[in-house]
Amino acid sequence: MRITIKTIIAALLFLLATQASASADLADAAKGLLSKNYSDKILATETIAASGDPRSAFLLEALLGGNLYATKSGNRLVSREKVSDGYQIKDIVTDEDLGVVQSGDLSKIRINNRMRGLIKDLVGRLTLLNEDPALRLKAADSVFKSRPKEMIVPLSDALAAEADSSVAAAMRRALAALNFVHGDTPEAQAEALLILEEQSDPEVKSLLSAEANRLAAIVNPSPEVQEFAARVDRALAKVDEKLAMLGIIENIFQGISLGSVLLLAAIGLAITFGVMGVINMAHGEMVMIGAYTTYVVQELCRNFAPDLLVYSLIAAIPAAFIVAGLCGVAIERSIIRFLYGRPLETLLATWGLSLILQQFVRTIFGPTNKEVSSPEWLSGTLEITGGLALTYNRIAIILFAAAVLFMLLLVLRKTSFGLQMRAVTQNRRMAASMGIRTGWVDAMTFGLGSGVAGMAGVALSQIDNVSPNLGQAYIVDSFMVVVFGGVGNLWGTLVGALSLGVTNKFLEPYTGAVLAKICILVFIILFIQKRPRGLFALKGRAVEN
Amino acid sequence: MANTIFKTNKGPFVSLMTGLPGGGKTFLGILLVAALLVPLSNLLLPETSPFHVPTYLVSLMGKYVCFALLALSVDLIWGFAGILSLGHGAFFALGGYAMGMYLMRQIGDRGVYGNPVLPDFMVFLNWTELPWYWYGFDMFPFAMLMVLLVPGVLAFVFGWFAFRSRVTGVYLSIITQAMTYALLLAFFRNDMGFGGNNGLTDFKDLLGFDLQVTGTRLSLFVASVIALGLGYLVCCFITQSKLGRVLVAIRDAESRTRFSGYRVEYYKLFVFVVSAVLAGIAGALYVPQVGIINPSEFSPANSIEVVIWVAVGGRGTLWGAVLGAFLVNWGKSYFTGSFPEAWLYMLGGLFVFTTLFLPKGIVGTSATWIEKLKNRRRESPDIGAPLSVKEE
Repeated sequence: MRITIKTIIAALLFLLATQASASADLADAAKGLLSKNYSDKILATETIAASGDPRSAFLLEALLGGNLYATKSGNRLVSREKVSDGYQIKDIVTDEDLGVVQSGDLSKIRINNRMRGLIKDLVGRLTLLNEDPALRLKAADSVFKSRPKEMIVPLSDALAAEADSSVAAAMRRALAALNFVHGDTPEAQAEALLILEEQSDPEVKSLLSAEANRLAAIVNPSPEVQEFAARVDRALAKVDEKLAMLGIIENIFQGISLGSVLLLAAIGLAITFGVMGVINMAHGEMVMIGAYTTYVVQELCRNFAPDLLVYSLIAAIPAAFIVAGLCGVAIERSIIRFLYGRPLETLLATWGLSLILQQFVRTIFGPTNKEVSSPEWLSGTLEITGGLALTYNRIAIILFAAAVLFMLLLVLRKTSFGLQMRAVTQNRRMAASMGIRTGWVDAMTFGLGSGVAGMAGVALSQIDNVSPNLGQAYIVDSFMVVVFGGVGNLWGTLVGALSLGVTNKFLEPYTGAVLAKICILVFIILFIQKRPRGLFALKGRAVEN
Repeated sequence: MANTIFKTNKGPFVSLMTGLPGGGKTFLGILLVAALLVPLSNLLLPETSPFHVPTYLVSLMGKYVCFALLALSVDLIWGFAGILSLGHGAFFALGGYAMGMYLMRQIGDRGVYGNPVLPDFMVFLNWTELPWYWYGFDMFPFAMLMVLLVPGVLAFVFGWFAFRSRVTGVYLSIITQAMTYALLLAFFRNDMGFGGNNGLTDFKDLLGFDLQVTGTRLSLFVASVIALGLGYLVCCFITQSKLGRVLVAIRDAESRTRFSGYRVEYYKLFVFVVSAVLAGIAGALYVPQVGIINPSEFSPANSIEVVIWVAVGGRGTLWGAVLGAFLVNWGKSYFTGSFPEAWLYMLGGLFVFTTLFLPKGIVGTSATWIEKLKNRRRESPDIGAPLSVKEE
C-alpha cells in the first residue's frame, strides 16, 4: 500500500519535473551519492533535499526504493526498468532515456538503515512542503492512509507552516490519525480522538472500529481502558451518523442524477404523448439517433478539426436536435398524420418504425458499441467533503436536463408556436377555424419532441453505450415516467422522473438494482390503478378522449 | 347469470356450429386435415417422396400452431373487446415455465449432476433444497393445473385492478408492457429459482415419452392442433354469445355500454382471463416442442410481435389471427435464414404497412373486396335505378 502511494507521489512529481528544467544544483548534489562513504552519502541526501528542485523527491524515492543505480561507464545516476532484453535506464535528474543495458553495467547505490530513516523523513517533508497545494493535499492524504509513525514530527511542522485551509484540514486529520494510532499518552490519543470524531470518512470509521474491536478484546480491562473504549465507541457512533447522513445525501444526488436521465429521455415523450396524444414507440430510437449524431460529430471533429475535439460534445447538442427533429418531422408527415385518432395503430406503426431505424443504424454503423469519449472538462469528481464525491458528468447531466426543461417551458409558454401548439391540443377544430395550420403545428410539435429526444441522446452517450439498442433500454422507463407524472404536463414529468429516480436509488441498497426496478414497475402499475391519469391529471372533457 | 350471458336462440352448441363466422368451418376443416395428414405423411411416406413431411418440419409447424393459439388469444381481447395487451407474451411464457418445471422434474437423476430432486441449475448454484414453489411439479396433473392457473390468476389480479379503475386504451397497453418487462427482469434473476437467463432446458421426456422421438413430436403437433381447434371453438362460442355482443359494444363505445347498465369491468375481466389461459396453454405446448424456455420470452418486443400477427391476419376475425401468425412466422423463419439483415426491415415495414394500408388485415380487407365484388354483380342489372335512393 505504502509503495503504491509513494509511486503515485513519485509519478506526480515526475510530471511536475518534466516541466521544470533540470537543475544543475541537483545534479551536483546527486554526485555525492556515488561516494562509498555513508556519511558523504548522508550529506548528499540532505543537500538534495535542500536543493528545492522538484525532482529531488523523485530521486530520493528511487534511492529509498533501491532503484537508483550508477552506470559503470559515465558514472551517471539512473533508474532502471526491466525490459525483455535487459534494463531500460533513465537519467534520474534529467529523465533522459539512456537506452537498454545489461545488469552488469549498473551498480546499485546502497543505503544503510540510518539513511533509510532519514530519506523517508526527507521525502515526506519534501512533499508536504511542496509548492503545489494539490500535491501537499495528496501527501497529507497518503500519510493519513498509511500512517507511518516517523511522519508525526514532519507533519506537525508542515501543519504549522500550512497556509491553505483545505490542505491544513487534511493534515490535521492525518496528524490526528497518527497521534491516535501511535500516540504515547492517553491524553494525546484522546485529543486526536476529538479531531477524528468530527470527520466523515470511511477510512476514519475503519480506523476507529479497528481500535474499538482491539479494545473490546482486551481481557480484564483497566478502568482507564474501559473509559477510553467508551470514548472510542462514542466517536465511532458520531462518525457513523455523519456517514449515514452523507449516504443519504449521496443517494439523493444519485437519485436526482438518475431522475435527470429519465427526465431527458421522457421529456420529448411528454410532448408527443402528453401534448399530441401520439404513442411514439420510436421515441427511444430518436434518443439513439441523437447519440449516434454525437458520435458522428465527434468523428468529424477528430478528422477535420482536432483542436475542437474537446468541444464536439457542445456542437453535438444542436446537431442532434436538428437531426432527430428532422427525423421526427419526416415520421409525422409520412406515417403518423394518417393515424390520428387511432392511438393503438400509431403505437404499432411506430414500433415497426423503431425496428427499421434500429436495423438501419446497425447496417450503417455496425452492431458494436461506438465510443463517445468524455471531454476532459467533464471527467473527474467534485469532492464536497471526505466520503462524498460527485462526478462532473453526472452534475452536467442534471444541469443539462434542467436547462432542457426550462427551454421547453419557455417555448411552450412564451412563443407563438407554443401558443398555437396548446391551442391545437385543447381544441383542434376551433384552432383550425382560427386560422392555425394544425397540420404544420402537428409536424413541428412532433419534430420538437423528437429533437429533445435527440438532445437526450447526447447526454446518454456520456453515461451509456452507444449501440443500436440504446433507445430500447429507455422506452419502458420513459413511458412509466410520463404515465406516472400525468399526461400533458411538463411539471408532472419532472416530478415523475425525479421521484422515480430517487426512489430507485433508495431501494437499491436493500434490494439490488434489478429488484428495485421491478418494485418501481409494480408500484407504477398499482399507482395507475389508483390514479389512471397520473399525478398531475388534466381535468375536464378532454380527458375522456 | 351464466345462462343469461350465454343465452342464444337455440342450444349453445348447435348455434355455435351453425353460426360459425365466415370461413370458420373451412378453418376447422383445414385444422382437421392438418392434424391427420401431417403425421400420416411423416410416418407412411418414404423420405424420398415429395409429400413426405420431415420431423423437423413437424416440430416447426407445431411451434407455429402454438403461436397461432397465442395470436388467437390476443385477437379475442383486442379484436372483440378492444383491449390491446402488449404483455400477452408474459402469459405464454408463464404457461411455458409451468410446463418447463414439470419437464425439469421429469429429468430426475439423469441431469449432469445426477441430483434426483434438484434441477441442474440449482445444484450449480449450491442450493440444498427445492424451493416451495417447485413442489408438486413432478406430477403432471398438478403442472397442467398450474399451466391454466398461473396465467389465469395473474390475469385476474391484473385485470381486476386495471379494469375496475378504468385503465383503458394506451394506458392499459403501456402497463401490460410494464408487467411483462417486470417479469422479464424478475426471471433473469438467478435467485428467483427459475434458472436465471439460461431458463429451463435439457428436457428428457414428457409423461414417460422421449421428447426426441418422432412419435412424441407428432403427438405434440397433433395435441397443439387440437388445442388450437378447441381454442378457436371457445373463442367463437364467446364471441357469438350475447356476452360477445356486449364485448363488441365495449370495444366500440365503452362509456355508452357502461351507461346502458353493463358492468363493463366484469366482461373485460372474464375475457382477459380466458385469453390469458389460452396463451398459457399455447406456451405449455410450445416448450416441449422447442425444448427450452428462457426469460427472453417475456421481452416486450415478443408481445408486440404477437399483436402484429393479429393485425396482419385481421383483427376481430379469429382465424385471421391464426393465418397472420402462420404467415409472419413463416416469413420470419425464411428471412432470418436467407437474409438475416433484411428481416427486421421486413418486420418493421410490416407493422407500418399493415396499420397504414391494411387496417383490417388480410382477412378483413379481402372480405371487404369480396363484398364489393358481390355487390357490384348484384347491382349491375339495375344500373338504371335512381341514385337518389342510395343517397338517403
